[in-house]
Amino acid sequence: MSGFDELYQDLIMDHYRKPRGRADLAHVPDTEIMENPTCGDSIKLEVITGDDGRIMEVRHQGHGCAISTASASLMTEFTRGLSPAEAREAAGRFIAALRGDGSLDDLEDMGDLVALRGVAGLPVRVKCATLAWHALLRALGPAA
Amino acid sequence: MGGIAVTPSDIAVSEPRAAADIAAIRARFPVLSRKVNGHPLAYLDNAATSQKPSSVLDAVDAYYRSRNANIHRSLHTLGEESTADWEGARAKVARFVGARGSEEIVFTRGTTESINLVASSWGDTFLREGDLILLTLMEHHSDIVPWQLAASRRGARLAYLPVQADGSLDLDAAAAKWDGRTRIVCATHMSNVLGTVNDVRRLADIAHANGALLLVDAAQSVPHMGVDVGSLGCDFLAFSGHKMYAPMGIGVLWGRETLLEAMPPYMGGGDMIRSVGLERSTWNDLPWKFEAGTPDVGGAVGLSAAIDFIEELGWDFVGRRERDLGALALETLDSVPGLVVHGRARERGALFSFSFEDIHPHDIAQYLDREGIAVRAGHHCAQPLMRHLGVPATTRASLAFYNTEEEIGRLGAALLGALRFYR
Repeated sequence: MSGFDELYQDLIMDHYRKPRGRADLAHVPDTEIMENPTCGDSIKLEVITGDDGRIMEVRHQGHGCAISTASASLMTEFTRGLSPAEAREAAGRFIAALRGDGSLDDLEDMGDLVALRGVAGLPVRVKCATLAWHALLRALGPAA
Repeated sequence: MGGIAVTPSDIAVSEPRAAADIAAIRARFPVLSRKVNGHPLAYLDNAATSQKPSSVLDAVDAYYRSRNANIHRSLHTLGEESTADWEGARAKVARFVGARGSEEIVFTRGTTESINLVASSWGDTFLREGDLILLTLMEHHSDIVPWQLAASRRGARLAYLPVQADGSLDLDAAAAKWDGRTRIVCATHMSNVLGTVNDVRRLADIAHANGALLLVDAAQSVPHMGVDVGSLGCDFLAFSGHKMYAPMGIGVLWGRETLLEAMPPYMGGGDMIRSVGLERSTWNDLPWKFEAGTPDVGGAVGLSAAIDFIEELGWDFVGRRERDLGALALETLDSVPGLVVHGRARERGALFSFSFEDIHPHDIAQYLDREGIAVRAGHHCAQPLMRHLGVPATTRASLAFYNTEEEIGRLGAALLGALRFYR
């Protein structure tokens, strides 16, 4: 499989065309916008938590490429039901794996997120795939 | 001899000869024979950096293999030869841009450093609180941020000349921007996003009539047209080697001698001093005053070889070839449904930024890469212009004389493929 075909596989294209968690976040201040400095892409997030403190849904709004859109959509699915601490840990692990600071094998037990492993071979695109996750880390705030 | 009669058959035979000429020129660029993802490389990212001909690569290689030594200090044969290489390259650049002499040519790392040098050295010396720095909305970040820094150090103000719908500068609006405190106008010769070639001569006249200087960012123009500082009438000219077939890491600042003379050094270090005391030092003459530390001699040797290469081809050939390719590229892009080309100025280079309403430039570029076609996607270090255009980013195809009609055809076909894939 070529780098392109691995990157733009059906699962990614499905999340790109039907992004889960995409919402109108006009009520979230623009100061919360996270930008990708290389391409001007931007995203803002809202983390909805339940009474038990666990994440019910991460909603996002912004514009980006197929990879960044799909990554935000996959993030919404992956983080549902996690505690903020667990989500923070997952975001750190995902970003580290794609950046090459961690192991790509770490993605194997992260469900559908493994579909993004092809990004690791394309350093210019790593920022696309991690933008939503950096925004999540900021939205969750520092670990207690 | 009388005039030469041209018959249709003469024109017919000139076509295959032209194709053979292009093939021969392409053969001089080793990387152009490379395959990418199973396809012959179609390199359409020349505005980011150009490819390098063998003569440039060989010149750099020969320099390090046979002469490498530090310049202006090493009193031995290699040192003399290296110094001659460095100063010979300077003399060649001076002639290439029509400078009055070598002392007006400062070697830098590239356009960015050249502009930073002026913004720091000239700006910190001559800008006063409340002075105006006039930029254009189509400037590259490298011609915006150094001026923002200078403005904040000196308490100066910034204003921007507007860009019109066709991508040209509104020079008539320039008058309205003037308020008697304008000290310098900084404008690109050719936009790296719109392809627009600005009327620098007219801008120079307006600037000078109002007592301001003109700095020209010529990074995109110098590789594609003859640039003569006398004809342009500017006061500073900045450009890079790597976009004009030379290595990365060498660039040029041309400045009027009287201006450079009045400016303090930009960086301190070796080679830029006359004598160093414990408390203070005195400066070397122009242009060495601005060249601290061991410079990129190999890069200058490569730049010199690149100038030889360009002059061997000739501006007539380069201009005609790139005009023809540009016209074909524009026609091809316009035939793609939903594609919008940003920048339709009458005077423009063979560089095209485009976008689709619903497909992101990253995805377009990644699809083209699968087909072996190299383009750039992003904001092109021109975020103020991107905001003006109302797009976060664009895809850009930028041509050079070595590109082919076939490559442009592949670009058109691949864009249609991308539309099918993403929609």
